[in-house]
Amino acid sequence: MAKVPVQFTLNGSEKAEFIESGTTLLNALRDKIGDTSPKGGCHQGTCGACSVIIDGELRLSCLTLAETCNGADIKTTAGLAEGGVLHPLQRAFLDAFATQCGFCTPGMIMAAKVLLDRTPNPSREDVVEALSGNICRCTGYEPIIQAVLVAARANSQNAA
Amino acid sequence: MELRKDYFADVRKDGLNEIGQPRPRLDSPGHVTGKTAYFADRNFPGMLHLKMVRSPHHHARIRSIDTSEAEKHPGVVRVLTAKDVPHNVYTILILIQVGPEDETVLADGKVRWKGEAVVAVLAETERAAQEAAAKVKVDYEVLPAVFDMEEALKPGAPLVNEYHGQNYYLYDSGECRKVRFGDVEAGFAQADHILEQSYQSSPIEHAPTETTGCVVAPEGNDRFTCYTNTQAMFFTLDNASIILQMPGSKLHFVGGTVGGGFGGKVDVIVEPIAILGAKLTGRPVSFVYSREEEMQISSPRAAEKIVIKDGVMKDGRIVARKVTGYTDAGAYSRHSPYGAQKGAAHYPGPYTIPNVWIDTYCVYTNRTPSSAMRGFGVTIGDFALEVQMDKLARLIGMDPLEFRFINAYRDGDMKAHRQPTEGAALIECMQEASRAANWPVAEKYMAMSSYRKGA
Repeated sequence: MAKVPVQFTLNGSEKAEFIESGTTLLNALRDKIGDTSPKGGCHQGTCGACSVIIDGELRLSCLTLAETCNGADIKTTAGLAEGGVLHPLQRAFLDAFATQCGFCTPGMIMAAKVLLDRTPNPSREDVVEALSGNICRCTGYEPIIQAVLVAARANSQNAA
Repeated sequence: MELRKDYFADVRKDGLNEIGQPRPRLDSPGHVTGKTAYFADRNFPGMLHLKMVRSPHHHARIRSIDTSEAEKHPGVVRVLTAKDVPHNVYTILILIQVGPEDETVLADGKVRWKGEAVVAVLAETERAAQEAAAKVKVDYEVLPAVFDMEEALKPGAPLVNEYHGQNYYLYDSGECRKVRFGDVEAGFAQADHILEQSYQSSPIEHAPTETTGCVVAPEGNDRFTCYTNTQAMFFTLDNASIILQMPGSKLHFVGGTVGGGFGGKVDVIVEPIAILGAKLTGRPVSFVYSREEEMQISSPRAAEKIVIKDGVMKDGRIVARKVTGYTDAGAYSRHSPYGAQKGAAHYPGPYTIPNVWIDTYCVYTNRTPSSAMRGFGVTIGDFALEVQMDKLARLIGMDPLEFRFINAYRDGDMKAHRQPTEGAALIECMQEASRAANWPVAEKYMAMSSYRKGA
């Protein structure tokens, strides 16, 4: 099958690959580039485990064709820690026991990051709304909601 | 978190230094950075993808299987049928001598539930495997099916599984697991009131976010590494060894990282056929359930029906309990004979009842095979028992919590299955629940103890 070239920025690094037309961004990231932090839970856009950030927007990488991402700026949870220092969201997910099996965690953190980038001081309702596209089968969600609220407070204290 | 160390203070030897102290989970740093390696995060050059041809019928004889068109499909490397599997008929619990072997890895002559694996297709891409699977022609003769447990137990019902010869699991105690304690009929004769109620549940799917699967890589020396999300590493290794007729030393299982299990990943389903595919092609193989397969094919919690008949006195004592329990195993045993047996021991609940009669049946039907799920065998039982307890309390006009204090088991009480009670804490839990829920009970119940005689 004919291959098509794709080129984009992933967590600040330039990436270029030849892929089969129709390959999802999820499969391109995981199988071609080797960033396995986005997870495939349903491959039909319902579980949110594959969530990534494309040009500042939260996107489901299982429903995004890789060839539509030429020139895009893509961020995943694998690139969130800077210089080995955890992002406040990662720190808060650890401290608040917001992970159990961990499979939904990278997607949850992406959804939470987009929320906090736009709404630094979210209400509980804002957090629930922002995470509503991400399924967790272990925690019952409450520790995750608390983690995002804790991270928002940590952010605003740092800013003050 | 508040710790109530006054409970059991006179018998407690530990200092409880750890309980109540937060301790970081060892796996969380990997989770929050996306570094935790799940089985599907392993990717090998030249990896093949396995897709299963599944039965569209609940019960059918297989007249013939034609794989010729599938084998010609571009990208297909190998097609597997029952004759390729060295030991095709197996059962998971044979490892602990719970037989007979009753399930096929790939269907051989018959399918017994809708979704049963018939033919495995290995191809260069997932898409090629899927397209080729659609080209496999299976000629079925559809047979009558049975979906209801009580219908399945009637004479003349379609026989679901020939390896059992009847539609129930044959325990050493006969057609059901039995508990007999005291004289239940004498208990009913003595009772002020009798209440018989029937409770039932549907199958429940665990729906983990990570679907069931494995990745197998052939190593040197005819050895295979299997990256899997099984919840039962050694069950899986040992059963794979039996199915493949391959010494365990040839199999290296890597796992323990499970993207949600809840009991849904304790069966041995994907690993043996994927290892076989790797052995016969010499290439790495990935077999991952689609979301649809996870919801429709993987074992759910068994459907159950529980009939409870209780004799109760006006003063609140339960004097007799008779329970008939039915566990729907679906077409194959997997872990259900064990689940049904657990129910037999559990149905008196955490209560001391002098006269008990319990029969629990593990029933075969043409439904998806059921298996483990969080407390299987007792969870639906607890729903039934505690609803029954509320109904009994209402029947005799008693507070439902006080009613439970009267019947609660305490250290030294003999349970119906002949295990003496030890380490009971139900009384103390209910006392704390009474305070926490602001649901007061009479002072004499708050003075009771699980272990102090006379209290």
